[in-house]
Amino acid sequence: MSVDLEHYLIVGAVLFSIGLYLALAKRNFVGVLMGIELMFNAVNLTFVAFSRFVESPNPLDGHVFVVFVITVAAAEAATALALAVLLYRVRDTIDVDRIDLLKW
Amino acid sequence: MARRPRTSDGRYQSAECRVPSARCSNLLRRAGAKRLMDDTGTIIAFWVLAAITVGAALGVVAVRNLIHAVVFLILSFVGVAGLYITLSADFVAVTQILIYAGAVSVLILFAIVLTPRGDRGNQETFLRLPALLLALLVAFTLGYVAIDTNWAISDRKGFEETASVIGEALLDKYVLPFEIASVLLLVAMLGAIVLVRPEATMEETGE
Repeated sequence: MSVDLEHYLIVGAVLFSIGLYLALAKRNFVGVLMGIELMFNAVNLTFVAFSRFVESPNPLDGHVFVVFVITVAAAEAATALALAVLLYRVRDTIDVDRIDLLKW
Repeated sequence: MARRPRTSDGRYQSAECRVPSARCSNLLRRAGAKRLMDDTGTIIAFWVLAAITVGAALGVVAVRNLIHAVVFLILSFVGVAGLYITLSADFVAVTQILIYAGAVSVLILFAIVLTPRGDRGNQETFLRLPALLLALLVAFTLGYVAIDTNWAISDRKGFEETASVIGEALLDKYVLPFEIASVLLLVAMLGAIVLVRPEATMEETGE
Protein backbone atom coordinates (compact mmCIF):
# COMPACT_ATOMS: atom_id res chain seq x y z
CA MET A 1 0.00 0.00 0.00
CA SER A 2 1.32 3.41 -0.91
CA VAL A 3 0.10 6.91 -1.68
CA ASP A 4 0.02 7.56 -5.42
CA LEU A 5 -0.94 10.35 -7.79
CA GLU A 6 -4.46 8.94 -8.10
CA HIS A 7 -5.16 9.42 -4.39
CA TYR A 8 -4.37 13.12 -4.59
CA LEU A 9 -6.30 13.52 -7.84
CA ILE A 10 -9.39 11.98 -6.24
CA VAL A 11 -9.12 14.21 -3.17
CA GLY A 12 -8.84 17.16 -5.58
CA ALA A 13 -11.87 15.97 -7.55
CA VAL A 14 -13.99 15.58 -4.40
CA LEU A 15 -12.90 19.00 -3.11
CA PHE A 16 -13.68 20.61 -6.49
CA SER A 17 -17.15 19.04 -6.53
CA ILE A 18 -17.93 20.25 -3.01
CA GLY A 19 -16.83 23.74 -4.05
CA LEU A 20 -18.95 23.55 -7.20
CA TYR A 21 -22.00 22.53 -5.16
CA LEU A 22 -21.41 25.42 -2.74
CA ALA A 23 -20.98 27.94 -5.56
CA LEU A 24 -24.14 26.77 -7.35
CA ALA A 25 -26.49 26.07 -4.46
CA LYS A 26 -25.76 28.45 -1.58
CA ARG A 27 -28.18 31.28 -1.01
CA ASN A 28 -25.68 33.59 0.66
CA PHE A 29 -23.24 35.45 -1.61
CA VAL A 30 -20.41 34.80 0.87
CA GLY A 31 -21.21 31.06 0.73
CA VAL A 32 -20.84 31.18 -3.04
CA LEU A 33 -17.41 32.81 -2.60
CA MET A 34 -16.37 30.10 -0.13
CA GLY A 35 -17.23 27.50 -2.78
CA ILE A 36 -15.08 29.32 -5.34
CA GLU A 37 -12.15 29.38 -2.90
CA LEU A 38 -12.54 25.63 -2.34
CA MET A 39 -12.43 25.06 -6.11
CA PHE A 40 -9.20 27.10 -6.33
CA ASN A 41 -7.75 24.91 -3.58
CA ALA A 42 -8.70 21.71 -5.37
CA VAL A 43 -7.03 22.89 -8.57
CA ASN A 44 -3.89 23.92 -6.68
CA LEU A 45 -3.73 20.53 -4.97
CA THR A 46 -3.94 18.85 -8.37
CA PHE A 47 -1.16 21.07 -9.74
CA VAL A 48 1.16 20.26 -6.84
CA ALA A 49 0.37 16.52 -7.04
CA PHE A 50 1.20 16.43 -10.77
CA SER A 51 4.34 18.43 -10.08
CA ARG A 52 5.44 15.85 -7.51
CA PHE A 53 4.62 12.65 -9.39
CA VAL A 54 4.73 13.16 -13.15
CA GLU A 55 7.82 12.91 -15.36
CA SER A 56 8.90 16.42 -16.40
CA PRO A 57 12.09 18.36 -17.21
CA ASN A 58 11.02 21.25 -14.93
CA PRO A 59 8.89 19.68 -12.20
CA LEU A 60 8.71 22.84 -10.09
CA ASP A 61 6.89 24.80 -12.81
CA GLY A 62 3.69 23.42 -11.25
CA HIS A 63 4.54 25.19 -8.00
CA VAL A 64 5.16 28.47 -9.86
CA PHE A 65 1.74 28.11 -11.47
CA VAL A 66 0.19 27.52 -8.04
CA VAL A 67 1.77 30.74 -6.79
CA PHE A 68 0.14 32.63 -9.67
CA VAL A 69 -3.21 30.95 -9.01
CA ILE A 70 -3.03 31.97 -5.35
CA THR A 71 -2.25 35.56 -6.41
CA VAL A 72 -5.22 35.73 -8.74
CA ALA A 73 -7.44 34.06 -6.13
CA ALA A 74 -6.46 36.67 -3.55
CA ALA A 75 -7.23 39.48 -6.00
CA GLU A 76 -10.55 37.82 -6.82
CA ALA A 77 -11.46 37.43 -3.15
CA ALA A 78 -10.71 41.08 -2.37
CA THR A 79 -12.74 42.39 -5.33
CA ALA A 80 -15.65 39.99 -4.85
CA LEU A 81 -16.00 40.73 -1.15
CA ALA A 82 -15.89 44.47 -1.88
CA LEU A 83 -18.71 43.83 -4.36
CA ALA A 84 -20.61 41.93 -1.65
CA VAL A 85 -20.32 44.88 0.75
CA LEU A 86 -21.37 47.35 -1.97
CA LEU A 87 -24.32 45.16 -2.92
CA TYR A 88 -25.39 45.03 0.72
CA ARG A 89 -25.28 48.82 0.97
CA VAL A 90 -27.34 49.33 -2.17
CA ARG A 91 -29.84 46.45 -1.91
CA ASP A 92 -29.68 45.67 1.83
CA THR A 93 -29.28 41.96 1.16
CA ILE A 94 -26.63 39.51 -0.05
CA ASP A 95 -29.16 36.78 -0.81
CA VAL A 96 -28.44 35.73 -4.39
CA ASP A 97 -32.12 34.84 -4.88
CA ARG A 98 -33.07 38.46 -4.30
CA ILE A 99 -30.38 39.99 -6.53
CA ASP A 100 -32.45 39.85 -9.69
CA LEU A 101 -31.91 43.24 -11.36
CA LEU A 102 -31.36 41.64 -14.75
CA LYS A 103 -34.45 39.43 -14.54
CA TRP A 104 -37.63 40.58 -16.31
CA MET B 1 -9.07 -1.97 -17.55
CA ALA B 2 -7.24 -4.38 -19.83
CA ARG B 3 -5.57 -1.58 -21.73
CA ARG B 4 -3.53 -0.48 -18.73
CA PRO B 5 -0.31 -2.47 -18.70
CA ARG B 6 1.28 -2.81 -15.29
CA THR B 7 4.84 -3.42 -14.22
CA SER B 8 5.72 -6.37 -12.04
CA ASP B 9 5.00 -4.51 -8.80
CA GLY B 10 1.60 -3.24 -9.91
CA ARG B 11 2.49 0.31 -10.92
CA TYR B 12 1.11 1.51 -14.22
CA GLN B 13 3.66 1.92 -16.94
CA SER B 14 4.43 5.48 -17.90
CA ALA B 15 3.23 6.72 -21.27
CA GLU B 16 6.55 6.64 -23.06
CA CYS B 17 7.09 3.05 -22.01
CA ARG B 18 4.49 1.63 -24.36
CA VAL B 19 7.28 1.52 -26.96
CA PRO B 20 10.34 -0.41 -25.86
CA SER B 21 13.58 1.55 -25.62
CA ALA B 22 16.69 1.70 -23.48
CA ARG B 23 15.31 4.65 -21.47
CA CYS B 24 12.06 2.82 -21.00
CA SER B 25 13.55 -0.35 -19.61
CA ASN B 26 15.68 1.77 -17.32
CA LEU B 27 12.57 3.58 -16.08
CA LEU B 28 10.76 0.33 -15.46
CA ARG B 29 13.68 -1.15 -13.58
CA ARG B 30 13.89 1.89 -11.33
CA ALA B 31 10.13 1.84 -10.83
CA GLY B 32 10.32 -1.77 -9.74
CA ALA B 33 13.20 -1.11 -7.39
CA LYS B 34 11.67 1.81 -5.45
CA ARG B 35 8.03 2.73 -5.11
CA LEU B 36 6.96 6.27 -4.37
CA MET B 37 5.86 7.35 -0.92
CA ASP B 38 5.28 3.96 0.70
CA ASP B 39 6.57 4.68 4.20
CA THR B 40 3.96 4.30 6.90
CA GLY B 41 4.17 7.88 8.19
CA THR B 42 3.38 9.39 4.79
CA ILE B 43 0.46 7.03 4.27
CA ILE B 44 -1.07 7.81 7.67
CA ALA B 45 -0.47 11.55 7.17
CA PHE B 46 -2.12 11.45 3.75
CA TRP B 47 -5.26 9.64 4.93
CA VAL B 48 -5.66 11.78 8.06
CA LEU B 49 -5.14 15.04 6.14
CA ALA B 50 -7.41 13.95 3.29
CA ALA B 51 -10.14 13.08 5.82
CA ILE B 52 -9.72 16.46 7.55
CA THR B 53 -9.80 18.36 4.26
CA VAL B 54 -12.83 16.63 2.76
CA GLY B 55 -14.66 16.40 6.09
CA ALA B 56 -14.20 20.12 6.77
CA ALA B 57 -15.35 20.92 3.22
CA LEU B 58 -18.49 18.84 3.84
CA GLY B 59 -18.88 20.77 7.10
CA VAL B 60 -18.94 24.02 5.09
CA VAL B 61 -21.86 22.57 3.14
CA ALA B 62 -23.76 21.09 6.07
CA VAL B 63 -23.39 23.59 8.91
CA ARG B 64 -26.26 26.08 9.27
CA ASN B 65 -24.36 29.07 10.65
CA LEU B 66 -22.24 31.11 8.24
CA ILE B 67 -19.54 31.90 10.83
CA HIS B 68 -19.18 28.20 11.62
CA ALA B 69 -18.92 27.55 7.89
CA VAL B 70 -15.94 29.94 7.72
CA VAL B 71 -14.27 28.07 10.59
CA PHE B 72 -14.71 24.77 8.72
CA LEU B 73 -13.34 26.48 5.59
CA ILE B 74 -10.18 27.49 7.49
CA LEU B 75 -9.80 23.89 8.69
CA SER B 76 -10.08 22.69 5.11
CA PHE B 77 -7.42 25.20 3.98
CA VAL B 78 -5.06 23.96 6.72
CA GLY B 79 -5.71 20.36 5.65
CA VAL B 80 -4.76 21.24 2.07
CA ALA B 81 -1.57 22.86 3.39
CA GLY B 82 -0.75 19.58 5.16
CA LEU B 83 -1.33 17.69 1.92
CA TYR B 84 1.14 20.07 0.24
CA ILE B 85 3.70 19.11 2.88
CA THR B 86 3.20 15.39 2.17
CA LEU B 87 3.94 16.31 -1.46
CA SER B 88 7.19 18.01 -0.29
CA ALA B 89 5.91 21.41 -1.48
CA ASP B 90 7.14 23.46 1.48
CA PHE B 91 6.92 26.95 -0.06
CA VAL B 92 3.41 26.40 -1.40
CA ALA B 93 2.31 24.99 1.97
CA VAL B 94 3.52 28.08 3.84
CA THR B 95 1.94 30.35 1.21
CA GLN B 96 -1.33 28.45 1.60
CA ILE B 97 -1.36 28.98 5.38
CA LEU B 98 -0.45 32.68 5.07
CA ILE B 99 -2.79 33.65 2.25
CA TYR B 100 -5.76 31.28 2.53
CA ALA B 101 -5.93 30.40 6.23
CA GLY B 102 -4.82 33.92 7.12
CA ALA B 103 -5.85 36.56 4.62
CA VAL B 104 -8.74 35.13 2.61
CA SER B 105 -10.53 33.78 5.71
CA VAL B 106 -10.25 37.16 7.41
CA LEU B 107 -11.59 38.84 4.25
CA ILE B 108 -14.58 36.47 4.26
CA LEU B 109 -15.22 37.12 7.97
CA PHE B 110 -15.05 40.88 7.28
CA ALA B 111 -17.59 40.49 4.50
CA ILE B 112 -19.91 38.70 6.92
CA VAL B 113 -19.60 41.21 9.75
CA LEU B 114 -19.90 44.19 7.35
CA THR B 115 -23.32 42.91 6.23
CA PRO B 116 -25.04 42.85 9.64
CA ARG B 117 -28.65 42.76 8.46
CA GLY B 118 -27.88 40.08 5.90
CA ASP B 119 -28.91 36.49 6.44
CA ARG B 120 -26.40 34.64 8.64
CA GLY B 121 -27.83 31.28 7.62
CA ASN B 122 -26.18 28.91 5.20
CA GLN B 123 -29.25 27.67 3.33
CA GLU B 124 -29.45 26.46 -0.24
CA THR B 125 -31.51 27.98 -3.04
CA PHE B 126 -34.04 26.05 -5.12
CA LEU B 127 -31.08 24.91 -7.27
CA ARG B 128 -29.98 22.45 -4.59
CA LEU B 129 -30.87 19.22 -6.39
CA PRO B 130 -29.49 20.12 -9.86
CA ALA B 131 -26.32 21.44 -8.21
CA LEU B 132 -25.94 18.19 -6.24
CA LEU B 133 -26.41 16.13 -9.40
CA LEU B 134 -23.90 18.24 -11.35
CA ALA B 135 -21.35 18.09 -8.51
CA LEU B 136 -21.66 14.28 -8.29
CA LEU B 137 -21.32 14.02 -12.07
CA VAL B 138 -18.19 16.18 -12.04
CA ALA B 139 -16.71 14.18 -9.14
CA PHE B 140 -17.30 10.83 -10.86
CA THR B 141 -16.00 12.10 -14.20
CA LEU B 142 -12.81 13.57 -12.73
CA GLY B 143 -12.26 10.50 -10.53
CA TYR B 144 -12.77 8.11 -13.43
CA VAL B 145 -10.34 10.07 -15.64
CA ALA B 146 -7.80 10.20 -12.79
CA ILE B 147 -7.90 6.44 -12.27
CA ASP B 148 -8.22 5.37 -15.89
CA THR B 149 -5.41 7.46 -17.39
CA ASN B 150 -1.87 6.17 -17.81
CA TRP B 151 -0.01 9.03 -16.14
CA ALA B 152 3.70 9.27 -17.01
CA ILE B 153 4.74 8.57 -13.44
CA SER B 154 8.29 9.49 -12.50
CA ASP B 155 10.07 7.77 -9.62
CA ARG B 156 11.83 10.96 -8.55
CA LYS B 157 12.21 11.50 -4.84
CA GLY B 158 10.53 14.41 -3.06
CA PHE B 159 11.96 17.88 -3.64
CA GLU B 160 14.77 18.83 -1.27
CA GLU B 161 13.69 22.47 -1.07
CA THR B 162 11.55 24.44 -3.48
CA ALA B 163 11.69 28.12 -2.49
CA SER B 164 14.96 29.01 -4.25
CA VAL B 165 13.99 27.21 -7.47
CA ILE B 166 10.56 28.90 -7.47
CA GLY B 167 12.20 32.27 -6.82
CA GLU B 168 14.65 31.85 -9.68
CA ALA B 169 11.88 30.72 -12.03
CA LEU B 170 9.73 33.72 -11.05
CA LEU B 171 12.51 36.21 -11.81
CA ASP B 172 13.87 34.46 -14.89
CA LYS B 173 11.52 32.35 -16.97
CA TYR B 174 8.23 33.75 -15.62
CA VAL B 175 9.28 37.35 -15.08
CA LEU B 176 6.57 38.81 -17.34
CA PRO B 177 3.66 36.98 -15.61
CA PHE B 178 5.26 37.93 -12.29
CA GLU B 179 5.19 41.64 -13.17
CA ILE B 180 1.65 41.38 -14.55
CA ALA B 181 0.59 39.70 -11.30
CA SER B 182 1.85 42.69 -9.35
CA VAL B 183 -0.16 45.02 -11.59
CA LEU B 184 -3.19 42.77 -11.11
CA LEU B 185 -2.85 42.95 -7.33
CA LEU B 186 -2.56 46.75 -7.50
CA VAL B 187 -5.66 47.01 -9.69
CA ALA B 188 -7.61 44.66 -7.40
CA MET B 189 -6.63 46.67 -4.35
CA LEU B 190 -7.60 49.98 -5.97
CA GLY B 191 -10.81 48.44 -7.26
CA ALA B 192 -11.80 47.18 -3.82
CA ILE B 193 -11.11 50.59 -2.25
CA VAL B 194 -13.01 52.49 -4.96
CA LEU B 195 -15.99 50.11 -4.76
CA VAL B 196 -16.58 50.41 -1.03
CA ARG B 197 -15.72 54.08 -0.47
CA PRO B 198 -18.72 55.92 0.99
CA GLU B 199 -19.27 58.51 -1.79
CA ALA B 200 -19.91 55.80 -4.34
CA THR B 201 -22.83 54.46 -2.31
CA MET B 202 -24.26 57.92 -1.72
CA GLU B 203 -24.57 58.37 -5.49
CA GLU B 204 -26.07 54.93 -5.91
CA THR B 205 -28.69 55.25 -3.20
CA GLY B 206 -29.50 58.90 -3.93
CA GLU B 207 -30.79 58.31 -7.45
